[in-house]
Amino acid sequence: MPKLTINGKEIEVAPGSTILQACEEAGVEIPRFCYHERLSVAGNCRMCLVEVKPGPPKPQASCALPAADGQEVRTDTPMVKKAREGVLEFLLINHPLDCPICDQGGECDLQDETMAYGRGAKRYDENKRAVTEKNMGPLVKTIMTRCIHCTRCIRFSEEVAGVTEIGAIYRGENMQITTYLEQAMESELQGNVIDLCPVGALTSKPYAFNARPWELIKTESIDVMDAVGSNIRIDARGRDVMRILPRNHDDVNEEWISDKTRFACDGLLKGRLDRPYVKRDGKLVEASWAEAFAAIKDGISGLDGSRIAGLVGDLNELEGTYAFRELLKNLGSSRIECRQNGAAYDIRQRASYLFNTGIAGIEEADFCLLVGANPRHEAAILNARILKATRHRGLKVANIGPALDQTYAVEQLGDDAAILSDILAGKHPVAKKLAAADRPMIILGEQALARPDGAAILKAGHDIAEKFGLMSLDWNGFNVLHSAAARVGALDLGLVCDGGVEGILADAASGALKAVFLLGADEINPSRLADCFTVYIGSHGDHGVQQADVILPAAAYTEKPGHYLNLEGRVQLANRAVFPPGQAREDWTIFRALSAEIGPAPLPFDSINDLHSALYEALPHLADVDVRPQAQWGDFGSDGAVARGPIPLKYIDFYQSNPIARASKTMAECSAVKRQKMEATGTHG
Amino acid sequence: MLKDQDRIFTNLYGFQPWDIDGAISRGDWDGTKEIMAKGQDWIIGEMKESGLRGRGGAGFPTGLKWSFMPKESKDGRPSYLVINADESEPGTCKDREIMRHDPHKLIEGALLAGYAMRARAAYIYIRGEYVLEAERLEQAVAQAYEKGFLGSNACGSGYAYDVYVHRGAGAYICGEETALIESLEGKKGQPRLKPPFPANVGVFGCPTTVNNVESIAVAPTILRRGASWFSGFGRPNNTGTKIFCISGHVNTPCNVEEEMSIPMRELIEKHAGGVRGGWDNLLAVIPGGSSVPLLPKSICDTVLMDFDSLKEVQSGLGTAAVIVMDKSTDIVKAIARLSYFYKHESCGQCTPCREGTGWMWRVMERLVLGKAEKEEIDMLLDVSKQVEGHTICALGDAAAWPIQGLMRHFRDEVERRIDVYHGRQVTEAAE
Repeated sequence: MPKLTINGKEIEVAPGSTILQACEEAGVEIPRFCYHERLSVAGNCRMCLVEVKPGPPKPQASCALPAADGQEVRTDTPMVKKAREGVLEFLLINHPLDCPICDQGGECDLQDETMAYGRGAKRYDENKRAVTEKNMGPLVKTIMTRCIHCTRCIRFSEEVAGVTEIGAIYRGENMQITTYLEQAMESELQGNVIDLCPVGALTSKPYAFNARPWELIKTESIDVMDAVGSNIRIDARGRDVMRILPRNHDDVNEEWISDKTRFACDGLLKGRLDRPYVKRDGKLVEASWAEAFAAIKDGISGLDGSRIAGLVGDLNELEGTYAFRELLKNLGSSRIECRQNGAAYDIRQRASYLFNTGIAGIEEADFCLLVGANPRHEAAILNARILKATRHRGLKVANIGPALDQTYAVEQLGDDAAILSDILAGKHPVAKKLAAADRPMIILGEQALARPDGAAILKAGHDIAEKFGLMSLDWNGFNVLHSAAARVGALDLGLVCDGGVEGILADAASGALKAVFLLGADEINPSRLADCFTVYIGSHGDHGVQQADVILPAAAYTEKPGHYLNLEGRVQLANRAVFPPGQAREDWTIFRALSAEIGPAPLPFDSINDLHSALYEALPHLADVDVRPQAQWGDFGSDGAVARGPIPLKYIDFYQSNPIARASKTMAECSAVKRQKMEATGTHG
Repeated sequence: MLKDQDRIFTNLYGFQPWDIDGAISRGDWDGTKEIMAKGQDWIIGEMKESGLRGRGGAGFPTGLKWSFMPKESKDGRPSYLVINADESEPGTCKDREIMRHDPHKLIEGALLAGYAMRARAAYIYIRGEYVLEAERLEQAVAQAYEKGFLGSNACGSGYAYDVYVHRGAGAYICGEETALIESLEGKKGQPRLKPPFPANVGVFGCPTTVNNVESIAVAPTILRRGASWFSGFGRPNNTGTKIFCISGHVNTPCNVEEEMSIPMRELIEKHAGGVRGGWDNLLAVIPGGSSVPLLPKSICDTVLMDFDSLKEVQSGLGTAAVIVMDKSTDIVKAIARLSYFYKHESCGQCTPCREGTGWMWRVMERLVLGKAEKEEIDMLLDVSKQVEGHTICALGDAAAWPIQGLMRHFRDEVERRIDVYHGRQVTEAAE
């Protein structure tokens, strides 16, 4: 533990710390532009200069200098002040002073540091530099004249996003940051460069000139675009969500969010269901809540519970899902299904459908076997962790399934699912690697589990985990990768039934089912629901409403507080940032009100507190907020041979994977850019 | 004056064949195996004793630098020697002559130096503009392989050693050792942060020593003739012989190998035919390549050409590229041109150098015309101080020093121009 003094104050810091980190620990603020905790050290902005003894008689870059025993660091000397002033002056000579029209205004590092360290007057009378804008696609707007060349964006794209598509060209004062070919980055994380940019060079294109930071109401919440449960901040003005930013959570999303999380929020204003609809004479017409409830009452009157089923979508919070289950239970139906993707999750053991290793746990693993998973699209933030582990911890990744670019090196084993049986029998070379690894992990993806023999694949995963030491006292290397935010919570509530979604749709078509309730279920093809009475409860007019007889408008994720379980099984609380539009209501209040109308008895909760009590009773582990559960291990999956044959490549458009994203103009643009690129390169699906 | 028998570079002017037979006839590759047999520690000890200081400009003791390399690889990483042949300092052309006329001195040195630091291979990073030299070097390496001097059993010593020639693309900054390493790895040539130093994490992440061509090329002769022979030249701490590149306003510009610590006047008058128009016509000399501050005639009269003596007069030996300027020189314009050079060659990584070099050049251009205020001279000096010592590599310093040297010795001239410029404006207005 090196012991050093900072401005005369003695402090002991962890070995390997830099002077800058030591100063932060001592409560001394060091201005910086290029330094970022989660990126490699560049040391090029020269803003963090401090005086260090012993050492050369010139200021040192504190971000790159290791703290050592006996150092005397001073940040308050004339030399340091002059150095910082000098650097800031250099940064400003070619920086346009266009703060009044700059979107970074109010949250700009350069603005802040200038207030603290800037000189009063300028001495530079030469012409200023102007730099042409670069096209970085539909998400990132560039005003490159403002660039201060901190290279954070370059380092991010290489180290976190895993694409080498941003770089610097030319040298000296002509140096420019560019995507070389002037195209969008092929990354699902590119929006993070907007947060990283300390000035207004890279700003958000969809949010351009929309709002000033001080006008926004900021609400901390949880994202639902994938199952990672990224921690987000929702910035709203009035009833509109203006933008979404990441919050730091070391164990979940660090401080990154995917582009879908960040930019799909414009879909919250488009295609919304803001009033109830009832189908009359084959046509949906606007209705009041009372009329809608009456229509539902008519539609299910006299139906036995066994003739009613429910489908749960991908974005719902636990409160609504729980109330939905109770509503259908009241009607005598227990046929509720949440596995819209058709995967063979087994609810007997919680460990069988969780990401047991944990997102942060990936960094401890040394071998990872992907089975039919595409983490880059299904959980982009989690994929960044795998990349991080491959870069820093030497994690090796192998893949069974379609060969896809995951941004890191993957050993492609083939797409035959029966390789799992070979591994289990010890006949495959990967068996040795699994056995030799200290902390091996396996990730089963939706594509693998959605095969007809999904349960056998799950069982094979279970057996591999047991045979090759993926399980130990302090390590669980068995993981299932989800892409839907609501899935784990719904599985906890036991919302699975024999036959799955396919069975419900088939029975609906054959007439065995007479009424189907869709709670935000949009990832199905509802054409087979044409002949049965269909009620859709959700926020967007998407696939699910196509055959609906009654539509009840519900709140989207930014409009309701709620519990979410991410793919690790971590309980996280979301908050309401804005109110639902029009007559839309929070899901659970809809079900409570509907239950009073259609009977037999109203649901037993009159307030959110009552609901929470009931919910906690049903799922006691909800009380452990923000803790990664240690799920108990046991037997799961079903015996049977894994059939030879490829794990199918199901092409999922990352930018169009849920109703909110599909309503978003920004996401549509991204999708179009991506499609265009794929067609141009001939690698189209 | 250095005696002919004490010259290391006996074919500096290319009067004899450059190839391996010519080199052997001049005594190269003679007893290389025996030298290697004396062991790594002996070689490094001998180099330390010789007092050889790096010939690339910084003057760091070469033997000491070699001794920083790991004695054994604890983690399986090999060590590498990288030879800096990216000679781009304006005024400097010594390495060019070595590679053009005496490449085997360099290649033998590469083997001995690499052997001493337990390196697996040497990379010679040669600047892209040296087309002929790169071709010569490649041929010379091939000849050495053919004779068995390099390869799996170099010189029959049983030591496996390879030499690769790598061409740069012609960027000044790639002469900085860590930028050179980046460039060698195929990246954009930008200096790295230190620590870690190359001796710990260098090219391809392996321990590396980067040496100048001349430092490596003199090593075999030092080892053959003994450290005491080499340290017998020059003053203490500034020992040995050195190639000086004399250019500018002299009658016969030349490269010449001379003893260190030779008086500047003697060097210029003996070897370069004296200053054009006589010594009294001298205005100033840049003694060590464009990055060191210039010296006015009054200092040039007495100064000795070595590291310490030039440092005392606030300049430096640098690469020993002596640029002579007589009284016909527009000294402000000359320094402004150097400022343009540094603005053009800054890699753009660090803020002070990226922004400061352009600023300084623009002010210098105005000072050439006198189109400035006298206060701006102090501002310019202040800006140069804000650049100097605030950057990752020394290019920022190199850009600041010529300007500081100009203002130190020729401030009167700069101020006179400002007066003339404003005065002419006044008289023109009156007419």
